[in-house]
Amino acid sequence: MKLHEYQSKQVLAQYGVPIPNGEVAATPAEARAIAERLGSPVVVKSQVLVGGRGKAGGIKLAGTPDEAEEVAAQILGMDIKGLTVKKVLVDEAADIRSEIYLGAVLDRSARKVAIMASSEGGVEIEEVAAQTPEKIITVHVHPLLGMQGYQARQLAYGISLPKEHVSAFTRIAQSLYRAFVESDASLAEINPLVINGDNQLQAVDGKILLDDSALPRQKQLAAMRDPDEDSPTETEAREVGISYIDLDGEIGCMVNGAGLAMATMDIIKLYGGSPANFLDIGGGAGADKVLAALRIILRDARVKAVLINIFGGITRCDEVANGIVEAINSLNVKVPIVVRMVGVNEDEGRQILADSNLPSANQLSEAVQMAVAAAKGEGE
Amino acid sequence: MSILVDSGTRLLVQGITGSQGAFHAQQMIQYGTNVVAGAVPGRGGQWAVGNTPVFDTVHEAVATTDANTSIIFVPAAFAVDALLEAADAGVELIVCITENIPALDMARARAYLDSTESLLIGPNCPGLISPGSTKVGIMAGHIHTPGNVGIVSRSGTLTYEVIYALTARGIGQSTAVGIGGDPIKGLNFLDVLQMFEQDSATEQVVLIGEIGGTDEQVAAEYIRTEMSKPVTAFIAGQTAPPGKRMGHAGAIISGGEGTAAEKIEALQEAGVAIARHPEEIAELAAQNI
Repeated sequence: MKLHEYQSKQVLAQYGVPIPNGEVAATPAEARAIAERLGSPVVVKSQVLVGGRGKAGGIKLAGTPDEAEEVAAQILGMDIKGLTVKKVLVDEAADIRSEIYLGAVLDRSARKVAIMASSEGGVEIEEVAAQTPEKIITVHVHPLLGMQGYQARQLAYGISLPKEHVSAFTRIAQSLYRAFVESDASLAEINPLVINGDNQLQAVDGKILLDDSALPRQKQLAAMRDPDEDSPTETEAREVGISYIDLDGEIGCMVNGAGLAMATMDIIKLYGGSPANFLDIGGGAGADKVLAALRIILRDARVKAVLINIFGGITRCDEVANGIVEAINSLNVKVPIVVRMVGVNEDEGRQILADSNLPSANQLSEAVQMAVAAAKGEGE
Repeated sequence: MSILVDSGTRLLVQGITGSQGAFHAQQMIQYGTNVVAGAVPGRGGQWAVGNTPVFDTVHEAVATTDANTSIIFVPAAFAVDALLEAADAGVELIVCITENIPALDMARARAYLDSTESLLIGPNCPGLISPGSTKVGIMAGHIHTPGNVGIVSRSGTLTYEVIYALTARGIGQSTAVGIGGDPIKGLNFLDVLQMFEQDSATEQVVLIGEIGGTDEQVAAEYIRTEMSKPVTAFIAGQTAPPGKRMGHAGAIISGGEGTAAEKIEALQEAGVAIARHPEEIAELAAQNI
């Protein structure tokens, strides 16, 4: 799950990271009122969960409350990479003397949190990594020890930070690590961390991604979820325990298991079709879940055929078959459905399908080819 | 022979009185696995799944039954506690089926496990099976057949698909290991490949990977420089869009690292035959016999 910039900075501030004064506005008038309260030039920043907001014109400076209202009117409602801007953050504009990058990420190969710093702040760290990798200094934190002072100093001296800022930087880096761990983040970035006109370090922009597996124990953070992060269908699927991602093809897929679901998508492509979605109904799914999954798939008007691929283990084929039959009876299904099921209770499952005149296949590649043909209107 | 589990396995089931634990304990016993004990706090002294004694603690279970392997079926909030308890009690091989364990918890647990002698498989995995002998997992036993192909995979049902295709062609398996789809886990491709390379019963290996991380590339480097046995691979997620979470926490492509194309290229350079779909794995494996 992603947090917005304003949410990320609030979390960081709770751990002692200095951030600019600012508030969130949903209307131009609110933006104006915030600018008046701040009593200084402001920066108006669109709050959408994608990168490249600045380039898209979603971040603008305003010298006066009038201007703040004006640019907020321009930014609110703007479309940035398919997302509509519904909120702006109005921050005191910082007088930026230099920009630093500071980030924490779970490094899966090292199995530790990596803290990275660079003197090249204000641009995407991927860009720095590609162009001038020597300008990124990294330390790995032992998970049982936590971040040590010397590690933060290694970063500070490694990026040639002026001496007077080293102790403030060390505190910020350790705060970032604590925020990361205590929030169960998978990424936490301050970019840029600036040295401002008062010669102080300040986090001007922040970004936090949370580990979805930890959300049950991070209730406060989980409640910050922006429903626009996922499509309404993705949200509905998550609520019933189905893993679903919208794609733009024409074959709806229902599969048990993430790896098999991805492989099924790949095979559809291999045989000249295109998947409309990724959908994993999970292990042990019963008839109810199958019904919910089929309802979700069929809501997508682009779907011209549905491929159901179930490898029974903890999931039982007869239960899935019952769900399919029930769904077809209740959902007024107009597109062809191809079922492939193997494993526990497969004979019972196939019999249930045959009794309802539903085609089923044994081999995966055979089933995929049937679905691709059906989507092209070539029939059975 | 086989790797990791065989007739010498003495299995402890942590969470044996839960619905998943009880169901799969029964399935494993039916397959022929020597299930010697269960461990569930507060249920010590009871009997579960027929005549399996249940203990309050793993230490007690190990002391009484000489269990050397454990399988964990406890909810995510308690799973790390369960696997640390198993390691602390000296269990040699710990298999954690539980999914949705927070990654930072696993980072801490793994750092501790590395200071012990215990090996971990998982979490978020189907377990492992040495066909015809011992099953320590949740896979359907009947699709497997004994033989000489070692399997190592990050996926569950995709592995069953591959094994189904192999068995249909009469190609048996020495051991099939599901290492799980999480970003931080126990044994990795590299560890399992090294075991297969040493195992006299394994003549070739099938590797099933997916997008995210660089473990397949690390495996490719080992295959290229050290491994004598032929390897066939399939990488799932070639059509996955970047940045989207595809069910497995590990399966995120970010910043141009961990795409299927990168993995396939690294494996091909190591001389690995790449299958375009799971059924093709069986065709390619047949050529190595």
